[in-house]
Amino acid sequence: MIEKKNRKGAYTALLAAALVLLAVIVLENVSTFLPKEMVPGVLRPTSQLFSVLKKGAVYSLAAVSMNLLNGFTGLFSLGQAGFMLLGAYTYAIFTVPAAGKDAVYYLFGGSAIKFSFQDIFGALFGTGGAGGAVSLVLGVLTAIILAGCVAALAACLIGLPVLRLKGDYLAIATLGFAEIIRAVFQWQALGPITNGANMIQGFPTFSSFNITGADGKVAFRLSTFVPFLVAIVCITVIVMLINSSYGRAFKAIREDEIAAEAMGINLARHKLLSFCISAFFAGVSGALFAMFVNNAQAKVYTTTMTYEILLIVVIGGIGSISGSIIATFLYVACSEWWLRFLDETMTIGTFQVPFLRAGFRMVVFSIVIMIVVLFFRRGIMGDKELPDLWKKRPRKAGKEGAQ
Amino acid sequence: MEFIISIFLSGISVGGQYALIAIGYTMVYGILRLINFAHGDVFMVAGLAGIYLTAALPLYLSLPLVLVLTVALGFCIERAAYKPLRSAPRMSVMISAIGVSYLIQNTATYITGGQPMTYPTIPFLSDTVTIAGTPTKWVTILTPFLVLALVLALQQLINRTKVGMAMRAVAKDFETSQLMGIKINSVISATFIIGSALAAIGSMLYFTNFPAITPTAGALPGLRAFVAAVFGGIGSVPGAVVGGFLIGICENIVKGTDFTVFSDAFTFAILILVLLFKPTGLFGEKITDKV
Amino acid sequence: MSENVLHIENVTMQFGGVVAVNNLTLDVGRGEIVALIGPNGAGKTTAFNCVTGVYEPTNGRVDFLGRPMVENYPQGKMEKLYQGENKGKYTQKRAPSPDKITQLGIARTFQNIRLFSALTVFENVLIAKHMRAKHNVFSAAFRLSRAEEQRMRREAMALLEEQGLDHLKDETAGSLPYGLQRRLEIARALATGPSLLLLDEPAAGMNPQETQELTGFIKQIRGEYGLSIFMIEHHMDLVMQISDRIYVLDFGRLIAQGTPGEVQNNPRVIEAYLGVADDAEN
Repeated sequence: MIEKKNRKGAYTALLAAALVLLAVIVLENVSTFLPKEMVPGVLRPTSQLFSVLKKGAVYSLAAVSMNLLNGFTGLFSLGQAGFMLLGAYTYAIFTVPAAGKDAVYYLFGGSAIKFSFQDIFGALFGTGGAGGAVSLVLGVLTAIILAGCVAALAACLIGLPVLRLKGDYLAIATLGFAEIIRAVFQWQALGPITNGANMIQGFPTFSSFNITGADGKVAFRLSTFVPFLVAIVCITVIVMLINSSYGRAFKAIREDEIAAEAMGINLARHKLLSFCISAFFAGVSGALFAMFVNNAQAKVYTTTMTYEILLIVVIGGIGSISGSIIATFLYVACSEWWLRFLDETMTIGTFQVPFLRAGFRMVVFSIVIMIVVLFFRRGIMGDKELPDLWKKRPRKAGKEGAQ
Repeated sequence: MEFIISIFLSGISVGGQYALIAIGYTMVYGILRLINFAHGDVFMVAGLAGIYLTAALPLYLSLPLVLVLTVALGFCIERAAYKPLRSAPRMSVMISAIGVSYLIQNTATYITGGQPMTYPTIPFLSDTVTIAGTPTKWVTILTPFLVLALVLALQQLINRTKVGMAMRAVAKDFETSQLMGIKINSVISATFIIGSALAAIGSMLYFTNFPAITPTAGALPGLRAFVAAVFGGIGSVPGAVVGGFLIGICENIVKGTDFTVFSDAFTFAILILVLLFKPTGLFGEKITDKV
Repeated sequence: MSENVLHIENVTMQFGGVVAVNNLTLDVGRGEIVALIGPNGAGKTTAFNCVTGVYEPTNGRVDFLGRPMVENYPQGKMEKLYQGENKGKYTQKRAPSPDKITQLGIARTFQNIRLFSALTVFENVLIAKHMRAKHNVFSAAFRLSRAEEQRMRREAMALLEEQGLDHLKDETAGSLPYGLQRRLEIARALATGPSLLLLDEPAAGMNPQETQELTGFIKQIRGEYGLSIFMIEHHMDLVMQISDRIYVLDFGRLIAQGTPGEVQNNPRVIEAYLGVADDAEN
């Protein structure tokens, strides 16, 4: 009986994911198929909408991976930006084409890593036409997976000593590691690999996946579809993990470590597992982030970035995957798109609307955040998931508030 | 030798300034179990207030006014952003702190236009003095003594007065002290007031040495001060002071070598090492989980 | 032959200068219900924690099913501090973590209930099945070991049905009334498949009627699951009704042992509970 219900839920989720992907493809290709004057402003390729969608996809994966650790395993970790940095750099280092390396690493006389994944696959499948596409996809995919693995490996090394710390001490230690990683990647001595404090660029980004016609014009856009696809696949894996026996063990640790241990759950092993898996997906999201911003640069991955993601997780609801996703898109759209008009001076007739000038958007945005934080204490979704909302009302609502 | 002295001097000086900020972190944490992420920004606002007020008023009026304004800001933040969340999950309060930090930074960006502002020179503090052949500013010499004096006064307050006793009680057991008739809201407010006042003093000292203030100028000293607080064992005032000085000295030693990039990383590395051997910092109380 | 399931020998637990458990030796035989009683602060829960791996005893040995499970001897700083009689008696140190001990077959409940309160009743029991499941994180996440998962669910469901908790399976554990939370905690402990069950004040906070029900319940699970039970309890009528043997602890020391009848009439026990008789006269 239980299995049947689960399976039905899984199919619904799969269908929903497919619909989202389809919608994304349709949205971004309106401009390629319709004549220019018929395309509404929002759907033009330069529209803020697509930037928001891409960043939203990247950040939602980052937020969900953080939620796995903070919300489901109850480990308060602030190392997210560090793992994203590792992912971003791993991706960047192994995907800058050999031909482009000298230009990127000119300060260090070329890169120490002489190959790139798509070059390797290119040698197998060819570089033009369909072969080129295959080697691009395989190269990027390999690099993304490697990015996750590097982050997970680092997490494993860090986690062994650090996960014994409790509560806020764990948070500050992981934050410290993120800062150390950032400093290491800015170190000039590692320049031939990391390009020192300079950015690495010239690797395949989301727009590399757009299919161009013979005339060099874009024939079919996939640049928003790609981050969505990767994010959806990864989040699906995380959800499956959470719904598995291991997910239950993680939740048990969150609820009560001592009782979990008394149930035969090996704390150290399960904590490390959760930490590494979370880092893996943080690494993947870091790689996606590098693709989104078209470069990898260590100074971007600061504690501020971690706080931003933590903010998203908590606004969405700690322990709610769908909450994290919804909150991400609202957060990104709000901060980068919907409130943009606040940054421009506006005159109605002769009346100049007061306060509106550069910077006002962020002030309003932070006030909005404060309002959400103060009035939705448990986040938008609490610890419920989207499907729970149209199931029966939660039993014993009174008990909820007590905790 | 002169080089070593100058490193040591600036280490102690900046360490003292971190200590002043760290006390704010540690006291709030001791009572509310809250990492007050906005504290570094309060420190930054104190600096900005210093700039705007000294431009309009003479020093003897503006500096006390900075103190009053900073204290008011700390008080208001607590009342507006933390008090409503007293019964909420701990994470919500922490997020509220991050939100306040955002708000302050963004508002500061909006007001200043994001340009670095220059902190006014406070006479005497900025005057040069030569110690053992090393020229330095008076503030460098003065800071450690001022910090020690303030900390001693604070210790007297905590250990000898009624408010101090209430603070210790609330830090020990929030709920029981409430039942004992302690007005926890006023105790918490007092904590924030003390913390903000020390941050204001810290800002006057700090920005005399590092006069450029940007809206994020509070973030880095804030983070280091927080590390100092954790280092000493968060919740312990003497711990925060010791931590502050240690972090300040370490940072300046690393800055004196070729590894300047690693000055913060080094600090964190030491912190992590300390935590591995003493999981609750140098003077922190052991966490016991009763089974 | 009454073979011992649990054998505690010369266990001492010292926190700094405080000796919480002093040279405790006791046995729990197969199929027995043994109670550990004593005034508050006598060191009963500490003794439990030494058996379940929460604490590493300062000195002493705990055997489970005839095999040494925990062994320790004072060394280094503790050797100087240690006040017991058995300095350096054991040469090998064993201190398995609580999860290892649970896997060996000792389950426990807690004095102040420790359920996974945000999870459902069903999930609470299901978690206990995790440790023995044959899967790894990949096969579990990618549903490659579906049969294993189904077996776990079946067993957990069967247990809930046996305990009469099946109608509550989708309730969150924290929303259950107190008595049911205690029942659930015992059910969850049973789900780990133990041969020895440690109950830490199972009747705490229960009214006489609930206590009476619990009495029957404990006897019933002993029979059904072939358990030995070692419990701490303050409700004397419960203890006297169901215990085969009783150990009495005061200030960390064993002051009496025997059948309920023997212990009830032991003057030292009366003294420990009621204070010295002289006090009453003065």
